[in-house]
Amino acid sequence: MAPASSTTSMKVSFRVNGTPRELELDPRVTLLDALREHLHLTGAKKGCDHGQCGACTTIVNGARINACLSLAVMHAGDEITTIEGIGQPDALHPLQAAFIEHDGYQCGYCTPGQICSALAMLEEIDRAVPSHVQEDLLQKAGITEAEIRERMSGNICRCGAYANIVAAILEIAEGETA
Amino acid sequence: MTVHRSLPHESGPLHVTGTARYVDDVPLPPGALHLAFGLSDRARARITAMDLDAVRAAPGVVAVLTAADLPGANDVSPSPVPEPMLAEGEVFFHGQPLFLVVAESHLAARKAARLGKVSYEDLPALLTIDDGLAVDSLIEPPVEYLRGAPEPAIAAAAHVIEGTMEIGGQEHFYLEGQAAHAVPGEGDEILVLSSTQHPSEIQHKVAHALHVPFNAVRVEMRRMGGGFGGKESQGNALAVSCAVAARLTGRPCAMRYDRDDDMVITGKRHPFQVRYRAGVAADGRLEGIVFEQFCNCGWSNDLSLPVADRAMLHADNAYFLPHVRITSHRVKTNLCSFTAFRGFGGPQGLVGIERVMDHIAASLRLDPLSVRQANLYDREGPRTVTPYHMVVEDNVAPELIADLAVRADYAERRAGIAAFNAESRVLKRGIALTPVKFGISFTLTHLNQAGALVHVYTDGSVHLNHGGTEMGQGLHTKVAQVAAGVFGLPLGAVRITATDTGKVPNTSATAASSGSDLNGMAVKAACDTIADRLRDFAAERWQIDRDAIRFEGGEVVIGAERLRFAELVEAAYMARVQLSATGYYATPKVQWDRRAGRGRPFYYFAYGAAVTEVAIDTLTGEYRILRADILHDVGASLNPAIDIGQIEGAYVQGAGWLTTEELVWDGQGRLRTHAPSTYKIPCASDRPQVFNVALWDGRNREETIHRSKAVGEPPFMLGVSALMAISDAIAACGDGSRYVALDAPATPERVLRAVDAQRGIAW
Repeated sequence: MAPASSTTSMKVSFRVNGTPRELELDPRVTLLDALREHLHLTGAKKGCDHGQCGACTTIVNGARINACLSLAVMHAGDEITTIEGIGQPDALHPLQAAFIEHDGYQCGYCTPGQICSALAMLEEIDRAVPSHVQEDLLQKAGITEAEIRERMSGNICRCGAYANIVAAILEIAEGETA
Repeated sequence: MTVHRSLPHESGPLHVTGTARYVDDVPLPPGALHLAFGLSDRARARITAMDLDAVRAAPGVVAVLTAADLPGANDVSPSPVPEPMLAEGEVFFHGQPLFLVVAESHLAARKAARLGKVSYEDLPALLTIDDGLAVDSLIEPPVEYLRGAPEPAIAAAAHVIEGTMEIGGQEHFYLEGQAAHAVPGEGDEILVLSSTQHPSEIQHKVAHALHVPFNAVRVEMRRMGGGFGGKESQGNALAVSCAVAARLTGRPCAMRYDRDDDMVITGKRHPFQVRYRAGVAADGRLEGIVFEQFCNCGWSNDLSLPVADRAMLHADNAYFLPHVRITSHRVKTNLCSFTAFRGFGGPQGLVGIERVMDHIAASLRLDPLSVRQANLYDREGPRTVTPYHMVVEDNVAPELIADLAVRADYAERRAGIAAFNAESRVLKRGIALTPVKFGISFTLTHLNQAGALVHVYTDGSVHLNHGGTEMGQGLHTKVAQVAAGVFGLPLGAVRITATDTGKVPNTSATAASSGSDLNGMAVKAACDTIADRLRDFAAERWQIDRDAIRFEGGEVVIGAERLRFAELVEAAYMARVQLSATGYYATPKVQWDRRAGRGRPFYYFAYGAAVTEVAIDTLTGEYRILRADILHDVGASLNPAIDIGQIEGAYVQGAGWLTTEELVWDGQGRLRTHAPSTYKIPCASDRPQVFNVALWDGRNREETIHRSKAVGEPPFMLGVSALMAISDAIAACGDGSRYVALDAPATPERVLRAVDAQRGIAW
């Protein structure tokens, strides 16, 4: 629903899952609310609305962000990928299939954020973005369990399905590097 | 067979594509309104004036309701003692809802809710157990269980240990916050969608609030984004608010708590204080013990009485207490009303006796595992009777612990850790093995019942409903496996739709780990009824003995003939055979007198044990869980993959409760840890670095669904081993003359303080 109190609004255009979208929004509307309430893409979840739980993780121009901490109008011209754009039940992305294979969830509420986060995280390793647990900051990190655990620590799973989440990501990561 | 197999979760493809719908994802009908509460900013006060003009004048506001504006009952209590949804002249905790804002958008409602001008006359607030005890603020008189003569036994014992342990509460942090929708129907009818573990209670509360019979209210629940007990009663206020606002405005209404509001308003795990005095023989065996449990119930009853009861019922854990007195004090304070949380008081009771075991081992300089083993219930004979006079008939703890100790190389690693600690000044390691014995059944005996409704359609597909709710525990997957097993169908042929009070009535909460035990049996009963009708029909039609008819692999074997299941169903339909049935189950054997503390509250026990190894940094108090080994008893597992997932997740959540998850209220009763920035939940990097989980190989001796055992709560208490391992590591900093006496949660600050205490440095 559009906020009843909006007095000013701005037009913003971006691409969501490959489709051009134009919205007229109160400039204070977050990207998460734009996706959920204006575009009805409810895969990204509002877990805390403070950028602390990771349930809203969305991929913007290839990088993962907390959609709840970003204003929609800041994304003019951006390429936004939500969980819906990664794969659908009849055409799953390999990482989605791996999450099913490994039971990488229980309640499923953090899952869209985990998957979006993991895909961008593997890209980060590939681009030699360093992490806290890396031995040598000048070298590209290896894809290890320790790296994945560290780099996925911004996505809370209250059900504690971490063992299976990490296993699913490792399977895909190893498949890509093999 | 589809049971006993690791089949994937029924919602898997929906979960991974973001297409699984939770309440807040369901599109609202046009014209829907959004609600928010205005909250008290005092812990205890009389309201002298409430000026809501600015709230009413705020943009987008449609209505503002106080307690006086409600059309029916202002009561959202899950117990017989009322609990007002909106304050009636007085406030009892900081964050208590005072008034309800109905607005055109979620944001408009929340903004307007901040504009209320409330004047208070402050009253003294009781914020701790000690505050409550000082003025004898209790929600009911103390409850006592007594067996034998503990005081003389303690007096005669070779050693006496005593102490007090503080045990913190825990925020559920279900990742999906509380949420509800209400859509008015024709006449007095209303449809409610609620993220709840207890649709029937939502139905009852809404009906009372609207002054309509139960049959006017239908409650639907497809799935929750986590519950953990936090959605057993805490969703009542949102559902009732939506229903009342929908009735008054004639428009659909939606409400969800913002995360901070959710953490401030809703109940959490009960903080406890446990005092103990025990007499111990030279070999570490208990001679007698007296426990005093103090339960911080918060401002209202909610579910505190059965929670406090369950703490008493788990004060023994897996140990025989020869002479025992357990006294429970249910303290009323001015904090949020503490509520159900996985384990339901059991964990607090269990931590108390594990603390005693740790204390005995430290005092007598014995190995903690050998002290625990010496005190376990026997398999048979006199040392099998609980403090509440129930005989433990299914004890597998001694064998299970011995097996785990070998699997985890406990003795060898303990020696290795001692050697490491002798050489390492800054880092110290610790290890502990703790068991779990957890009683399965609702202690309120009448709740141990369930119903189901199963339809077989003429294309051979099966649609079923039962009274349980799905919150990620895999209940629907397990129940679908049971149904598919009866008809010999693949899992994909069985569909379970939203739990619905219009399909299965008078249900119990999905709680007490009972979901698959109760609903699995009810569904099986319904499926068996239909399968029997199909057998009777086929026996008649093909003139063959009933026993020669089998359902397997999507087919029906009728002597030498094989039909597709759908063909038989179609033929049965044409012959006018009823293809729909209800099923019902009531747990046998249980009976319980809660005031007397006598009877058989539990149908059976679930067992488990964990070995945890930690390392602590003695300069900062920080720690890591290096390794956890778990062996857990789920009977003959309905789905080993789901059960292992439950065990891993429960361990992580249990360890979180006792280590990093700290609730902090300030001197005004304000919760200062109301977001994940300050309330630290385990994340991927906190999981044990080595994590070995195995299922105990054994069937339930009782006739449960396919001889499985409940799994939701028992493994939560495996996390106690992490606390005891930290205690062990801290002990390595001292000379053994002073017991560590570590309270929970063992935050890095507490660990550092305990390390310094071992080193003679006072804070």
